[in-house]
Amino acid sequence: MSVLETSAGLALADPSAVRAIEATGTSALAWLLIALPLLGAGLLLVGGRATDKFGPLLATLLSWGSFVVGALVVLQLAGLGAEERSLSVPLWDWVTTGNLSVHAGLLIDPLSMAFVLLITFVGSLIHVYSLGYMQHDPDKRRFFAYLNLFVAAMLILVLADSYLLLFVGWEGVGLASYLLIGFWNHNPAYASAANKAFVVNRIGDFALIIAMAYMLYTYGALDYATVHGEAGSAATTTLTVIGLLLLLGACGKSAQFPLQSWLGDAMAGPTPVSALIHAATMVTAGVYLVARSQAIYDLTPDARLAVAIVGAITLLYGAIVGCAKDDIKKALAASTMSQIGYMMLAVGLGPIGYIYAIFHLITHGFFKAGMFLGAGSVMHAMNDRVDMRRFGALGREIKTTWITFGAGWLAIIGFPFTAGWFSKDHIIESAFSAPGWQGWVFGLVALLGAGITAFYMSRLFFMTFHGKARWEDDAAPHESPLTMTVPMMVLAVGSLVLGAVLYPTGVLTGWLEPVFGHGEAHESLIPLIGIQVSVFVLMALGVALAWLRYGRDEVPVVAPVGSFATRAARQDLFQDEFNETFLRRPGAGLVAGLEVADNDVIDGGMVGGTSRGLAGVANVVRQAQNGFVRSYALTMLAGIVAILGAVWVIQ
Amino acid sequence: MSDMPWLSIMLAVPALGALALVLMPRGFARAREFALGVSLLTFVLALFAGLEFIVGNSKMQLVEEYSWIPQFGVSFALGVDGIALSMIMLSVILVPICLVAAWDDVPADGSRRLQGYVAWILLLEAMMIGVFAATDVFLFYIFFEAMLVPVYFLIGQYGGPDRARAATKFLLYSLLGGLIMLVAVIGLYTVGPGGSDGFLLANLTGLEIGGLTEKLLFLGFFIAFAIKAPMFPVHTWLPHAATEARPATAVLLVGVLDKVGTFGMLRFCLQMFPEASRWATPVVIVLAVTSVIYGALLAIAQKDMMRLIAFTSISHFGFIVLGIFAMTTVSQTGSTLYMVNHGFTTAALFLIAGMLVARRGSRTIADYGGWQRVTPLIAGTLLIAGLSGLSLPGLNAFVSEFLVIVGTFQRYPAAAVLGATGVILAALYILLWYQKIATGPRPEDVASTTRDMTVREKFVVAPLIAAFLVLGFYPKPVIDLLEPAVTTTLQHVGVTDPAPTVTAEGSEG
Repeated sequence: MSVLETSAGLALADPSAVRAIEATGTSALAWLLIALPLLGAGLLLVGGRATDKFGPLLATLLSWGSFVVGALVVLQLAGLGAEERSLSVPLWDWVTTGNLSVHAGLLIDPLSMAFVLLITFVGSLIHVYSLGYMQHDPDKRRFFAYLNLFVAAMLILVLADSYLLLFVGWEGVGLASYLLIGFWNHNPAYASAANKAFVVNRIGDFALIIAMAYMLYTYGALDYATVHGEAGSAATTTLTVIGLLLLLGACGKSAQFPLQSWLGDAMAGPTPVSALIHAATMVTAGVYLVARSQAIYDLTPDARLAVAIVGAITLLYGAIVGCAKDDIKKALAASTMSQIGYMMLAVGLGPIGYIYAIFHLITHGFFKAGMFLGAGSVMHAMNDRVDMRRFGALGREIKTTWITFGAGWLAIIGFPFTAGWFSKDHIIESAFSAPGWQGWVFGLVALLGAGITAFYMSRLFFMTFHGKARWEDDAAPHESPLTMTVPMMVLAVGSLVLGAVLYPTGVLTGWLEPVFGHGEAHESLIPLIGIQVSVFVLMALGVALAWLRYGRDEVPVVAPVGSFATRAARQDLFQDEFNETFLRRPGAGLVAGLEVADNDVIDGGMVGGTSRGLAGVANVVRQAQNGFVRSYALTMLAGIVAILGAVWVIQ
Repeated sequence: MSDMPWLSIMLAVPALGALALVLMPRGFARAREFALGVSLLTFVLALFAGLEFIVGNSKMQLVEEYSWIPQFGVSFALGVDGIALSMIMLSVILVPICLVAAWDDVPADGSRRLQGYVAWILLLEAMMIGVFAATDVFLFYIFFEAMLVPVYFLIGQYGGPDRARAATKFLLYSLLGGLIMLVAVIGLYTVGPGGSDGFLLANLTGLEIGGLTEKLLFLGFFIAFAIKAPMFPVHTWLPHAATEARPATAVLLVGVLDKVGTFGMLRFCLQMFPEASRWATPVVIVLAVTSVIYGALLAIAQKDMMRLIAFTSISHFGFIVLGIFAMTTVSQTGSTLYMVNHGFTTAALFLIAGMLVARRGSRTIADYGGWQRVTPLIAGTLLIAGLSGLSLPGLNAFVSEFLVIVGTFQRYPAAAVLGATGVILAALYILLWYQKIATGPRPEDVASTTRDMTVREKFVVAPLIAAFLVLGFYPKPVIDLLEPAVTTTLQHVGVTDPAPTVTAEGSEG
């Protein structure tokens, strides 16, 4: 229990300890982080075609500008003592009425700034990439406006100092995601995918709204400082309910079970969008939410357990689905689900897991974004095709893509000393040190997941870049332009070295400790070296199996029917069939039935009967309805006089 | 300056404007310009009146009182609190916008038709100002009923093919409510102090009537307001009327006129019959939540877009009533703010949908598809209006809907949670609608000459979107205007806000 006290105990002892000092210097200008991309979005959308020429470039520059501001703020923050690295930037009095008072303001602390750097850096790289990828799209300007809008909203999400302002960013990124998934909505399926993403997310948002209502009811506030500062004064049941509601919100945004169904369809968006929003940043917002709410989760083991269970289920779910997908983007999407499952599992473990969750979130942001951009480059080379069964042997044709993708592949399967190895291994180790049965269950799930990950990612890698060429006749693979390959190279380098730079040096733990406290090492169920060896062996097995089936052996151009398990995985474990049968169809029936009832029963019968009765009376008086305003006015006057007369008589 | 009878002037200007239009010779060519000028003048007057208003003062302000029919206790008494002023402001902003939007509704064919059309709108504006400013119960009743006349003619003479039936249905429902209210109005007078100013609101609040009488009087008012608002199950007149009315008329009908219902609940039901209000609360809350969900589900089912917008309004009115009867400062401030926000949102939805209808000649949603490629600007602004309708944070409606939900939760958690499902349903009805209208391949049967938004139409949409953003990010001035009136209302009802449970426990210990 000592670990528990390190972070929450501090908060409980002195609420003011978590209150931030008002920012000065560069940090006081932190609002520029949001303002720059927001300005870009506004200019490009309002400016219309006049900005067609320079718009994309302007948007890219503004995004980089935001990164520069972020870096400067981090420098200032690093210069402060560890305990002082929590600054507030008050902005304006937003909503104040009754016992609710929310001032819009930013919270600058190590956690939010870690996200800021990830979002603006990877985001800006993807802006650059998009300059090449979207070059010939007639609506390029609108695309960049939405990208900027996304960056601004995502920064609001992580920089907000209250749940209510977080929610603005939360739904803001949802909007950007909706707009970008449906960017090519002349294809009706893509428009449906966009709707699905927004509506499923709204279920999570609904939970978040109720969570805020419960917070206001309990603490009379929605700002982090008060809610987290007084978290401990509420009953455990209250905290558990709030924790579960926040979790449901997180499930929507982060595509976690049971709200995972939208992410696969979201791949309808242009590939840079999949890289930025549906891999590196937005979908990790759920992890951020739980980590940010650690003061609540620390006090409610039940809600924390629920978080871990959701993470564990999703990490297996995504991994299983990933094994059967032939669409390169959908396979990567399944993998994203699974990797975020790891992060969820880690934050669910409590103080031992927070830092590793954020660590994995950052490394994943690099390697997964890199691989998505690589997938985009492959599509660019193959006439926008996504079916891996028609790829193969591309390694020789598009070498840069192959090498950079390879770096991401090594990182995600956890090849020793790559970024993913550092971050994922620590999550697996933490899972094994959870108390009681949880340690065994979560540990083994995480371990098994690592093996499956190695299999499905290698399958993807080999099917695309190795084996025999299975191209369609018109394919003429060619490497992408530099605007696209340079961001891929940068991310590839990050995938390889980021872990070694951040972890053994103590940079990351030192940076995040003021937020999460010092996570003490627990007794693991299995000796550390045992875990590491098991992970390595499973990884090697996964890669080897994938090589035998998809590298060495011939890959059929048309997917074989496969076993029931394969078919189930290919159809996302029947999630859409479930939703269709149990939600959409009954819902449509209800709506249609109500429409009939409204016309026939309420309008026609109950209330309508009354009005028809009146109409019958009115029929008699109809003769008076001669259409002359004069006579209406006269009638009204007569009526009023009669009424006044009545009153006079009563008196 | 402070002695200026601002409200009377604001009432008189559009009324006289309407009269002038009627007196002008047949086929007066500048009828629209004239009406727009009058409405803008009214708007400017309202701004000046607003400057006189002291924010934070919870008393009635800009008060005027003239003895009118002393024999019957009726005074011509006007005055506004923050809620009334915000409603008047909403009206005077929307009327010029509607006039611009309605520019081409009626051809200038040399007959009196166009003059009549804009004259009715101006007269309606005068009535709207009157109904919100009246501080005499009988005067309120007169405006409440007289308002029906311009709307009846706007629908019945200038509406769509089924206008006659729609207008009659509207009139019957409203008259039914009005009659019931009339009985209550007279009954109220008899329990009041009477005398030559016995209908003054000030003389009729705080009476502590009690018992069955209070409950009956409450019901008399409430039923009229519930029909006007409209609430489930007395809502069916609205979709019909809103569909047959011109978009501009629909805006004034749904966006402003219906607010008289919720305004009346706050001003009359709660303040004059506090005990009965508390007695009725459980039923009203159930009806409000039903309205939220029922309206939203019905909106999803609609095939006609004007009907769809009407049903979204029924859902939103459910939220407003829910917040009013949850009786916390947060929920009621949310409701009153919602009354303002809903006006702008609905205006944008009706008017932009109207632009589509003007181009395609059909209200049927299925007749569209791919219009993002035909009229990108109209489609884009429709999406923005839709996002406001589904309460996207950063746009106006979110703040109010959020306040209603969290404020209601403080007293009725179950109702708040059920009502909040409207958030999910709203995403469905807006986005499915937008998908059918705007996405998909470019339609082939649409002439390539179809124009995107014209300059006139931009003048309609721009102020509305500006209002979305301002009220979304900086609602403080409006909240500050509304809250004192809400506090007064709650004092009259005699309820206090529940304290946060944490501090409540702390103070006990």
